[in-house]
Amino acid sequence: MTEAVPRLSAQRVSKLYPGVQALDGVDFEVHAGAVNVLIGENGAGKSTLMKIIAGVEQPSTGCLLLDGEEVHFADPAAAARAGVCMVFQELNLFANLSIAENVFIGRERCRLGIDIDRGSEIERTRELLERLDHPLDPRALVSSLTIGQQQIVEIARALAQDARVLILDEPTSALSAAEAETLFAVIAELKARGVAIVYISHRLEELKRIGDYVTVLRDGHLVATAAMADVDVPWIVRQMIGRDAPARADAAPCGASGGDVLAVTDLVLPRERGGFTVDHVSLTVGAGEIVGIYGLLGAGRTELLESIMGCRRDATGSITIAGTEISGCDVSDRMAAGIALVPEDRRRAGFIQSFSVAHNLTIASLGRFARWFNLDMRREAAAARGSIGDLAIKVAGPETMVTTLSGGNQQKVVIGKALLTRPRVLLLDEPTRGVDVGAKTEQYRLIRHLAGEGLGVLFATSELDELTALATRVLVMCEGKITLDLPCDAADHDSITAAANPRAQAA
Amino acid sequence: MRGDTLLLLMRLRTVIALIVVLAVFSAAAPNFLSSANMVLMLKHVALNAILAIGLTYVIVAGGIDLSVGSTVGLTGMVAGFLMLNGVPVGGDMLMRFNLFEIVLIVLAIGVLIGAINGVLVARLKVAPFIATLGTLYVVRGAALLSSDGRTFPDLVGDAYYGTSGFPFIGGGYLLGLPVSVWLLGVIAAVAAYVAMRTPLGRKIYAVGGNAHAAALSGIRVNRVLIVTYMVSGFCAAVVGLIIASELQAAHPATGDTFELNAIAAAVLGGASLAGGRGTIVGTLVGAAVIGVLGDGMVMMGVSAFWQMVIKGLVIIAAVLLDGAQARLQHRVAIRRAAALA
Repeated sequence: MTEAVPRLSAQRVSKLYPGVQALDGVDFEVHAGAVNVLIGENGAGKSTLMKIIAGVEQPSTGCLLLDGEEVHFADPAAAARAGVCMVFQELNLFANLSIAENVFIGRERCRLGIDIDRGSEIERTRELLERLDHPLDPRALVSSLTIGQQQIVEIARALAQDARVLILDEPTSALSAAEAETLFAVIAELKARGVAIVYISHRLEELKRIGDYVTVLRDGHLVATAAMADVDVPWIVRQMIGRDAPARADAAPCGASGGDVLAVTDLVLPRERGGFTVDHVSLTVGAGEIVGIYGLLGAGRTELLESIMGCRRDATGSITIAGTEISGCDVSDRMAAGIALVPEDRRRAGFIQSFSVAHNLTIASLGRFARWFNLDMRREAAAARGSIGDLAIKVAGPETMVTTLSGGNQQKVVIGKALLTRPRVLLLDEPTRGVDVGAKTEQYRLIRHLAGEGLGVLFATSELDELTALATRVLVMCEGKITLDLPCDAADHDSITAAANPRAQAA
Repeated sequence: MRGDTLLLLMRLRTVIALIVVLAVFSAAAPNFLSSANMVLMLKHVALNAILAIGLTYVIVAGGIDLSVGSTVGLTGMVAGFLMLNGVPVGGDMLMRFNLFEIVLIVLAIGVLIGAINGVLVARLKVAPFIATLGTLYVVRGAALLSSDGRTFPDLVGDAYYGTSGFPFIGGGYLLGLPVSVWLLGVIAAVAAYVAMRTPLGRKIYAVGGNAHAAALSGIRVNRVLIVTYMVSGFCAAVVGLIIASELQAAHPATGDTFELNAIAAAVLGGASLAGGRGTIVGTLVGAAVIGVLGDGMVMMGVSAFWQMVIKGLVIIAAVLLDGAQARLQHRVAIRRAAALA
């Protein structure tokens, strides 16, 4: 311990959402000049805890202490005034404004209270960027920057507010290896200046390098906290998932596929400013096969799936479902041909918030329950009850509103909706994002069961563990291209990571 | 639970408001509840309710249609023109239409204006507010141009041309009720059936609830949106016909600001301008509240200026209550979750 009193601590913090206990009596602290790494699987409560600390959310119970004094942050601005700043994973920048304007957004430096002092803002921004070893032009538009540079701008914004506690939420998820190195250097520099840093990640390889302490959350509970020097990676994994890392025996059986149900040839999705988001991709999925696409954020996984589904009008290339060409069809016709997509962002694209579970389940297959204009409500309700039973969706009844369900059950509703269209191929984008650990294995079992019945499955993931636990064949995507295609028993972590990394590809 | 009772009361707020308004006025004005007055009020309510039904479709799908008042004006003018004149068809030949054909043409024009709104919003991605504000002006201008601003008078019909039944649409009675009320009944029944029990209805709610998710569920979002605007245009054309028929004259300024009362009725009835929420029955009750409030205040001799103030306050109160209901619902859901945990 560098100080007796932690810079910031959370005590017995709980957070309750409808249907979900996101945090349950969690203690957490971070000291000046130290990095506390916060880890846990998706849905463990990391982001919720940090949102509470940064004033985005209010705790249901529990309190926050800053330098030993109890504080209440009504909103992120209040937290920022106290020196607690958060850099979100999905960066909160205004692409249409310059770097300097972004750094001072909401706290513009003004003469006489009304006239923005651009000169001084630009000067101060230049200083901050130099301190961060990134001499960018403060007048450049944020839209012209890479993701890594945008992250630096976010950090500069935090520093401009004299951040004493800096929260970084999965900062390297979108960065290339070189950009990540720069970020680590910046973190080291901030530490030396006495900033307390909370670093959220689920990349185990980074943790030992930059962490001074490690705190592990699982299912909304604090399971362990320790000095990094005292622990090793296997210990961390054990704490995270509550047992040893899944052995090979736990993984899916390899091979075992029938004829191709999905064949994609030369799929191209051009990028707005030149280049390709999906760069001449060809792949096949056999009946009963589970193909996993791994890649970093921005590798083009989601765009590939969306192009196959027909959501991207600019995409070109041939796509066949069981031999039928569908590349000229819209989403609706593609679904009729036997393909369905379970999107990554359930809330935005997966379900309809104002609908019940039953109505969400049947919305994609209403034609089956209709005779002429009339919707046969009895058959529709029976189908919904059938899905709820088949997928073991835990609900009070079919009329329950979908928004009150836990992440895992919501995901099952979206999968159930897709299955009611009787697809030959199921596309899943990050199938367990926001699903808690226990429910995760259940999702895997479900997907394997579906593949066992002859469904072709193509899923995208950014988690290596998920890839190895589920896929019978592994594809790796990097900068829009498929860089690796291996059966699961031939794929090891090192070659997968190397194939996913743009720098390693260039070398 | 207390929360549940409160929630139920809030859900029924428009019905409660209607009962309160009826009770207050019948106490204050003795002949308020007389059957003659009731029929008269129903007739007033019917016009706004028909427009509000069309708007409910648009609003549930997440849009708005400001052009319905203008469409009422233009469709009335088209009906008036066709009643009085023939359409030149080459040489000096004039083509005259009978009543049935005139009704069909007028309804088709309403649907066409709706389709134009729909294409602007769905395919050309113009914000619904702006697109229909634009058509509000264009259509009103077209109505004025159609007669150079004059009224088409004496639309009594002519047996020679098969149009003598025209005044019946807005002025006739069937089984003691005005024809316009029967029309409202039929339109409301069909609209409620389509909304509740057909794939199209379900898709409209889905598109308004989450257009992105709807598209990924294979729903052709653009088509659904266009259909809702066509329904709204159709309803406006029906109202245009009723008014021209009742007055036996078509005036180009008819229907001015009708869209505002129709939107108010839909919102009072629980439709959310954010989309995804709203019912035909709710809208009917909402239209009844607005109509009864207006007529009742007239009977009590409340000044027209105060009438506007009161109507405005009722609308704002309705939306505030709607927000309160949503928050209460959220709290009850959290309490349930806590009870389960």
